[in-house]
Amino acid sequence: MRAARFPERSTIAERLAGFLAHLRVNGFATGLGEYETAMRALGEIDPIRPSEMRSAFAAVLASGEDRYRRFGDLFDAYWLDHRRMRERQQAMPAPNQERRHTTLLEQSLAGNNGGGVVDAPDNAGDGEAKSSGEGRLAGVRTEQISKIDLRNLVSSRDLAEAQRIARDLAAAMRDRRSRRRKAARRGAMLDLRRMARRSIAHGGEPFELLRKRRPDRPVNIVAVLDVSGSMSVYAGVFLAFLRGLSAVHTRTETFLVHTRLVRVTEALRGDEGMAALGRMSLMANGFGGGTKLGSALCALAEQYGRNAVNGRTVLIVLSDGYDTDPPELVARALARLKKRGARIVWLNPLKGWAGYEPVARAMAAAMPHLDHFAAANTLDALAALEPHLSRF
Amino acid sequence: MDWKGLQRELAAHGYVAGDDLAMALHLTVALGKPLLLEGAAGVGKTQIAKTLAETFSTKLIRLQCYEGLDAAHAIYEWNYQRQLLAIRAQADHDSAIEDRIFSEKYLLERPLLQALRQAKPPVLLIDEVDRADEEFEAYLLEILSDYQITIPELGTIVATTKPHVILTANGTRDLSDALRRRCLYAFVEYPDRKTELAILHARQPDLPSRLAEQIVGVVQALRKEDLEKKPGVAETLDWAAAISGLSINDLADDPDAVQATLVCLLKTQADRAMVPIEVQQRLVGKAA
Repeated sequence: MRAARFPERSTIAERLAGFLAHLRVNGFATGLGEYETAMRALGEIDPIRPSEMRSAFAAVLASGEDRYRRFGDLFDAYWLDHRRMRERQQAMPAPNQERRHTTLLEQSLAGNNGGGVVDAPDNAGDGEAKSSGEGRLAGVRTEQISKIDLRNLVSSRDLAEAQRIARDLAAAMRDRRSRRRKAARRGAMLDLRRMARRSIAHGGEPFELLRKRRPDRPVNIVAVLDVSGSMSVYAGVFLAFLRGLSAVHTRTETFLVHTRLVRVTEALRGDEGMAALGRMSLMANGFGGGTKLGSALCALAEQYGRNAVNGRTVLIVLSDGYDTDPPELVARALARLKKRGARIVWLNPLKGWAGYEPVARAMAAAMPHLDHFAAANTLDALAALEPHLSRF
Repeated sequence: MDWKGLQRELAAHGYVAGDDLAMALHLTVALGKPLLLEGAAGVGKTQIAKTLAETFSTKLIRLQCYEGLDAAHAIYEWNYQRQLLAIRAQADHDSAIEDRIFSEKYLLERPLLQALRQAKPPVLLIDEVDRADEEFEAYLLEILSDYQITIPELGTIVATTKPHVILTANGTRDLSDALRRRCLYAFVEYPDRKTELAILHARQPDLPSRLAEQIVGVVQALRKEDLEKKPGVAETLDWAAAISGLSINDLADDPDAVQATLVCLLKTQADRAMVPIEVQQRLVGKAA
């Protein structure tokens, strides 16, 4: 449904329904509940005045900063005749941010169907993906593939393995500071609520001591994957790794970096994740140019991190540290994120090579801010992260 | 009262609300739906609830959210000590003890339950709801859509009067769609120059207007700088109070004293280092 062209004698209800459809096309989640509330709101204002109607509808229909800011234009486009055509042209081609992102992505892919397509399986080994109970890793046991440099490994089986390791890692990363308490067989606190109830049977004697304890809580993971030219050989497996993290761990945010920062959290999650993975691997190869790691991390620290990075966040940077930005930018961004309480893990595939020194300037600048710096060029190396991450 | 009237009332109580915000508040009251306010820290979200309570001369019930907040702290809790005593005292001659100890008498009301049981509709402020975890949001849904609370032992408690509910969020994490859909919404920005002047005038009417303009000018300019913590409206008011407390009549007169008062605006060391005395004077010069 497109924005309405009003028939001569349409009622206000019909127009409102049309407006809600117009909003839906633009990525708003407006349903029957919103329709009803908006109709009731009309009764409370003077609907003759567009500015009142705009304010009222904004309060009812636009939830979220982004939508709230865009609402004025969308409202004017629909209700105010004289601007309608112009705004419609602007508003229509860009339904919402995610979709716009995909379109851009697809455009960028259109001219680039060359080699390097990662062989993505349809279903990422769901059957065997259950983590092994205690959050221990089993990746080390599979000898054949575990010593190979990730570059040589893009088969679907290995991708599934990378995902499995990611899941186990996510399970291993638990935050043990929680204030909420849960009933448990052993625990530091008495569970008075259950005790009072049970004591009725004993004439008010708190006979059984029931306990509760603090449950483990998951950490927030923010992963930044460098997909510049120098990293593109690793990108496929790392994406599988990140997909694995997102799949088990709902508090994972994922970003790609080449010359700018791209949020891919939603694209990686969900059923079509593996398809998205293939697309993004393609994109990673498409951007063979320089990395702007420094400015990307700054963007992360200032925009996303301003609100969402806190003491429970583990930031995972997957990069070789080759950066075209001045190294101070990386240092500044990491210092800021660190100040917000984030713990920072840098995984550098080059570190696994014999005789590697962190000489890349951005890498050297980042070193003082890292909580953990590790190789990530084999599945073994990824698996070996577990004790470090679970200790956090 | 229409929304203009509400806007005037709020202004009379010292809160200058923009049109969009006043409309959102008006609809909250008129439609009986909760209002979700988002915006950076320091734009006056919490103050809105306080002023609304003053305007309606009703009680403000506040629930500060934090990570791990649970039903026992937000909704209700049984008074276990009294329950245990009651069981012991009456165990021998009363078989219906269970009914008795799970009754009103042994119930401790926490803010959310309190808010539903007032004679006059209170303003319920659920502050920084995004700090609480997702599970707590789920608790809130029943309360926010039906204004009722279910206590397993007692049954469902329906609100005697519908409270005016205001939720605030800073964007610590994304709120669930289910919660958003139950609320009206307003995004609160830092006030523009004119609004901030009006706020300052409402709060400190004695301040000379030229000085007020300087103060607001400097704060507005500071917000455009790359600071770790941007000064909010409360900071502006603090600073104005400090300036007038030191009997400074013109910010350009006494740079050292003004520099010393910047502690009211800049709350981290890095931010203070960003604004040395020369920068401060340049800002003052521009603001004049």
